[in-house]
Amino acid sequence: MTYTANKPALPETIDQLRARIPGWGVDSDPKDRPSVPREQPGIETGAHWDFPERQPEKQPRERSIEHEFLTPVFGTSVPLKGLSGAMRKYAYKTYSEARAAHWLILVAADRVDAWESHLASLATARPDNPLTETGVRSEIPAHGLRSRRGSRADKNHQWMDPVLVAGPWLLAGGAVAVGLKALMSRWSKGRS
Amino acid sequence: MKAMVYRGPYKIRVEEKDIPTIEHPNDAIIRVTQAAICGSDLHLYHGMIPDTRVGTTFGHEFVGVVHEVGSSVEKLKVGDRVMVPFNIYCGSCFFCSRGLFSNCHNVNANATAVGGIYGYSHTAGGYDGGQSEFVRVPFADVGPSLIPEWMDEEDAVMLTDALPTGYFGAQLGDISQGDTVVVFGAGPVGLFAAKSAWLMGAGRVIVVDQLEYRLEKARTFAHAETYNFAEYKDIVVELKKATGYLGADVVIDAVGAEADGNFLQHVTAAKLKLQGGSPIALNWAIDAARKGGTVSVVGAYGPIFSAVKFGDAVNKGLTIRTNQCPVKRQWPRLFEHIQNGYLKPSDLVTHRIPLEHIAEGYHIFSAKLDGCIKPLVVPTAG
Repeated sequence: MTYTANKPALPETIDQLRARIPGWGVDSDPKDRPSVPREQPGIETGAHWDFPERQPEKQPRERSIEHEFLTPVFGTSVPLKGLSGAMRKYAYKTYSEARAAHWLILVAADRVDAWESHLASLATARPDNPLTETGVRSEIPAHGLRSRRGSRADKNHQWMDPVLVAGPWLLAGGAVAVGLKALMSRWSKGRS
Repeated sequence: MKAMVYRGPYKIRVEEKDIPTIEHPNDAIIRVTQAAICGSDLHLYHGMIPDTRVGTTFGHEFVGVVHEVGSSVEKLKVGDRVMVPFNIYCGSCFFCSRGLFSNCHNVNANATAVGGIYGYSHTAGGYDGGQSEFVRVPFADVGPSLIPEWMDEEDAVMLTDALPTGYFGAQLGDISQGDTVVVFGAGPVGLFAAKSAWLMGAGRVIVVDQLEYRLEKARTFAHAETYNFAEYKDIVVELKKATGYLGADVVIDAVGAEADGNFLQHVTAAKLKLQGGSPIALNWAIDAARKGGTVSVVGAYGPIFSAVKFGDAVNKGLTIRTNQCPVKRQWPRLFEHIQNGYLKPSDLVTHRIPLEHIAEGYHIFSAKLDGCIKPLVVPTAG
C-alpha cells in the first residue's frame, strides 16, 4: 500500500510466474545481462587496427563541425545536389549539432529536395507517380477499406492529411498568384 | 540491382541502382536474402528524421550472403551466410573499445550524437540500407557474424535489431526480481521488451498500445496484461490505479517519435516536424513511473528538441537510461535463449513482401493494416 512502506502485492507469486512463463528469471542476475556493465574497457571487437585506414574522399563530403576531421569511413549514398544541397552545405558548415538552426535548415532542405526531385523526375522517362509510390494499392488486399471504418493507426488523423499535403501547394500557388498580380500591376502602371 | 528508393514523405518506389562497390579495404558487399521494415523506418518514411535525402535506400535489418570482400577483410569469405547488426562501427575508437558499438565515433561524418546506421538518413552517416539486392557493409571484420547452422534465417533477421533492442530496453530498465514493468508500444520492440522483462525476473508486465490486435499479441506472445489507452480518458491515472497508486518500478518507451494520444503534440511533431519526436509516450513514461523508478527509452527520436516533462523526472528522482542497442553484445546470450526455447523471434513476422512491392509493404505497416506486426522484405537476386 503506497502510503505505508509496503509495496502492492503482485497478482501472481514468483512460483506461479516461473511455472507460467518460459525462461522466467533466467537473467535475474544483472551480471547475466550482456550490456552490464555499460562500458567494458578492452572488449573484443575484431578490429585489427588502432585507427582505421581512411576511405578516399572522391568528392567533397559535408561533415559536422563537431568532428575534428572527416571520419575515416563515411556513407556515400546521396551526395549534395541542387538548392537542397546548398542549404545542407550551409547548415553543416555554419552550425553545430547543438543549434536548432542546423536541424531546422536540414528539415527544410528535405522538403525542398522532395519538390526538386519530383520536378526533375518529370523530365525523365520515369516520372514520379504520386499514387503508386504511396503504396495505397495495398489497401484492398490488406483489408484497407474495412479498416477505414475500424482499427488502423492513421485513422484519427486522416481528416488532416489532405490539409497538410495540399496546404503547401495551395500556399505556394497563392504566393505565385500574388506575385504575378503584383507584376501585372507594375507592368500596367508602367504602360499608362 | 533493384533497390527501394525514398522519393519524399510517404513516397517510395523500386529503382535500378548500381551494385555498391568496395570503398574501404575492410568493406564487404552482401547480397541480401532477407530484410525487414522496422518501426523506426516509418519515421524516415514520414519525413521525421532530418537529412533524409531523396534517392536513399532504407533498411537496417538484413541478412545475406557475402558477395565480395575488401583487401583487409580477414574473417569473412565470399559465400558466407551472415547476419549484420544495424550498427555500423569501427571496433577501435574510444566508444567501440568499451563496447558502446552504437556510439562509434569513426563512421558518421554528419553527426557526433549518433553512430552509423544502415539506411537511416545522413543524420546517421549517409549509408544505403539493405532493402535492396546488395548492400555495402563497412568494417566487415567487426559487425557481421556468420548465421549459426541451426538458426532459421527469419530468426536471424529479427536479431539484427528488433529482438536485441527490445531485450536491451529491458536491460536499461535495470529490472529487479518482482518489479512491475510497464511497456509503452506493442510493436516488435515493445513485445520483445515485455518478453525480456520476464527473463529478468519481472513480477508484473503491463503493455500499453491503442491497436487491439497488437495488444492481443502482447497477451499471447508476451504473457502481458494490456491497456488500450484509447479506451481511457487518462492512461496515466489508470496505470497508477493498477499499481496501487505507486507507479511502475520500470517503464520502457518502445514507441518513439510518432506517438499518438495527444493532438497538439502529434501535430507539431509527427505532422509538422517541429519537434524531434512526439514525446507523448516519453511523458507518459515519466508520469507512470514511481518516484525513484527507472525510465528506459529505446523508441527512436530525431535530433531536434522535444517538449519533454523533464521537471517531473527531476522531482521524482527518476533514472532515465537510453541508447541505440549495441546489437552484437546481445547476440551470444540471445542465441542461448533461442536455443533454450525461451524466445522465438520469427513468431512476430506477419508479412513477407517481395522487394518489388515494398511501397505497398510500407503502407500496410505504416497504417497497421491487415494485422501487420513485422513485415519482411524478400529481394530476388539469385
